[in-house]
Amino acid sequence: MQTNAEAVDTPLDSALSKTKDPQYRMVNRIMCLHNYQPDALIETLHAAQDSFGCITLETMRYISHMLHLPLSRVYAVATFYHYFTLKPPGKHRCVLCMGTACYIAGAESIEKAITEKHHISPGETTSDGEISLLTARCLGSCGLAPAAIFDDKVMGQLTPKNVLKQLQDWRDHVADT
Amino acid sequence: MSLTLEELNDIAEKELSRQQQFSRQIRVCCAASCLSCQDADLTQQLQQTARQQAMGETEIKPVGCLGLCKEGPLVSVHPEGTLYSHVQINTSKAILLSESSLPRPSAIDPGQSLFFTRQNPIVLRNSGSINPERIEEYIAVGGYKALYQAIRNMHPGEILSQIQQSGLRGRGGAGYPTGLKWSAVAKTKSTQKYVICNADEGDPGAFMDRSVLESDPHSVLEGMAIAGYAVGAQAGYIYVRAEYPLAVQRLRTAIRQAEKFGLLGNNIFNSSFHFSLTIRLGAGAFVCGEETAIIASIEGLPGKPRPRPPYPATSGIKGCPTLINNVETFANISPILTRGSAWFAGIGTDKSKGTKVFALAGRVKRTGLIEVPMGTTLREIIFDIGGGISDNGTFKAAQTGGPSGGCIPKQHLDIPMDYESLASIGSIMGSGGLIVLDQSSCMVDVAKFFMEFCTSESCGKCVPCRVGTMQMYTILDKITRGQAQLSDLEQLEDLCDLVRSTSLCGLGQTAPNPVLSTLRFFRDEYISHIQDQHCPAGVCSLLTGK
Repeated sequence: MQTNAEAVDTPLDSALSKTKDPQYRMVNRIMCLHNYQPDALIETLHAAQDSFGCITLETMRYISHMLHLPLSRVYAVATFYHYFTLKPPGKHRCVLCMGTACYIAGAESIEKAITEKHHISPGETTSDGEISLLTARCLGSCGLAPAAIFDDKVMGQLTPKNVLKQLQDWRDHVADT
Repeated sequence: MSLTLEELNDIAEKELSRQQQFSRQIRVCCAASCLSCQDADLTQQLQQTARQQAMGETEIKPVGCLGLCKEGPLVSVHPEGTLYSHVQINTSKAILLSESSLPRPSAIDPGQSLFFTRQNPIVLRNSGSINPERIEEYIAVGGYKALYQAIRNMHPGEILSQIQQSGLRGRGGAGYPTGLKWSAVAKTKSTQKYVICNADEGDPGAFMDRSVLESDPHSVLEGMAIAGYAVGAQAGYIYVRAEYPLAVQRLRTAIRQAEKFGLLGNNIFNSSFHFSLTIRLGAGAFVCGEETAIIASIEGLPGKPRPRPPYPATSGIKGCPTLINNVETFANISPILTRGSAWFAGIGTDKSKGTKVFALAGRVKRTGLIEVPMGTTLREIIFDIGGGISDNGTFKAAQTGGPSGGCIPKQHLDIPMDYESLASIGSIMGSGGLIVLDQSSCMVDVAKFFMEFCTSESCGKCVPCRVGTMQMYTILDKITRGQAQLSDLEQLEDLCDLVRSTSLCGLGQTAPNPVLSTLRFFRDEYISHIQDQHCPAGVCSLLTGK
């Protein structure tokens, strides 16, 4: 009997464990702040992505349970908005701006250079899990075009050369040593 | 806590006398653009040096956008007003210590530079002069006085007529008269109403709203509170892009401070007026700039538009009347009430009043954030303020309005920038993104770029937009590959017409604009791609490779 009870993890058990899980602290805080109202869904998904780097099915199940929303609705919202990702990110994140100013300043050539060198297209992560390449619609740093975000830092007036150097430094763990 | 007018004046006086202790002020631009090119925290470094040198008479403070984004990091020194560009840690000390032996950053005199003298800042009045994270500095420059005037001395109807007389039109792009919009919400009988500030600046190539929020968040909060009082709303939302973390952080700080001072919350200025503000983060959906989509998103739903009517003014959030305005629109409100609607109506053109903030970017020498009176010509903006085309290029076109707008070619350089003139040549004012293109840009490629944007940003709810934008993209792609025929152009034009007239919301209705406008002014480039398999700008590589 006891082994059975342990093996079958009911949604309620799972939810109960997460309400106390420190990793879910931000998610729980946001839901509580909004009184567990369904309109808190997007805010909660933001908290989940900030905490885990992506939104997993398990997290979506938990949120749907806590906000009393069907899982399909949580999934619909998580997949509708470009900002949310269901795929776990790489260790480092390079977000290329593809806004108009960056585009005419040569953002596409930077993208091509990265794809050639590291064999990743936007939305993909290198096989060693080091770098995720993403694109953004506009970072609002048009004065510095072409711009990109490296981890959390916005950098501007980029060239394929200095972008590739940054990515290579990440793969070579320059900052770690 | 509720403030009285005396207490508000007290805060202002205290702040002013604090500032008078300093004979010199060093303002470090701390908007996202300049922050991103600082090699370390410039403000902190300067403050540390000042402390070490016991320079008690110098105040070093972070301020909002100083405008000339391309020359960043920027630092301006007062009272002289000199602006230093490309300031890095090693050159910053020279500004502080005024020793000639140290390497100095290059200096600009704003009084002599057309970039600054041609501007007329109303929305950006405090940008670059106050610390956006201190409410005291906003109050010291007269902030929240308009809110006091409105709540204590004016009837909502008076505010409505002031806004209507000022001729202010929505700065989000469509240019709907703000006064009419407010009156429509005010007229409704509902006890629960909402105000939304649309800060979901999704246009690629636009950063006006971001800069306003980062540089002077309180001006937006004050405008929203006045709007709340005028239309009878007690709650508001600011819907801001999650991609702007600094703007979000400064907004949160501003709201917290305003609440602490009793400028938001219950019984503002000891009246019966309550107003609370909540931030809602966008999540990267361009369509959420549309009124009904933004409401869906605030309610936690996928941001899909719905047919109008009913308009949000009668049925918005939770079915209640809702007022939606853009960041820049709200930032205009307090100056209108303080200086009067006649003053505002005196600026600009016959039908477009006031000023417009533009994000000047692309192939222009001086890129940055500018604010000019409506009706300023495109030539003045690009060649006087922007300093002309960078790298000795030649002007080809200016793109306004992002994916909903169009291109303005050389022959229309003298067009006054106002709502009607721009519409007359097939472009739109848009929210203020202004991208300058030179001979190195292919207009077909630019049209394809925007169409690709629309295909991926179409929410998929209505067929003309979902399928139509995709079909248009396919044809444009064929043209840039040199595989199209002249009959494809006809089909492209038919599709433009169809998508424009049958789409549900603004995104689809305006998606053909970049194509139509480039076809109108640069048809020869399309023909050249099709007939000669040649890209005149040398951008479309598949053609030139042949």
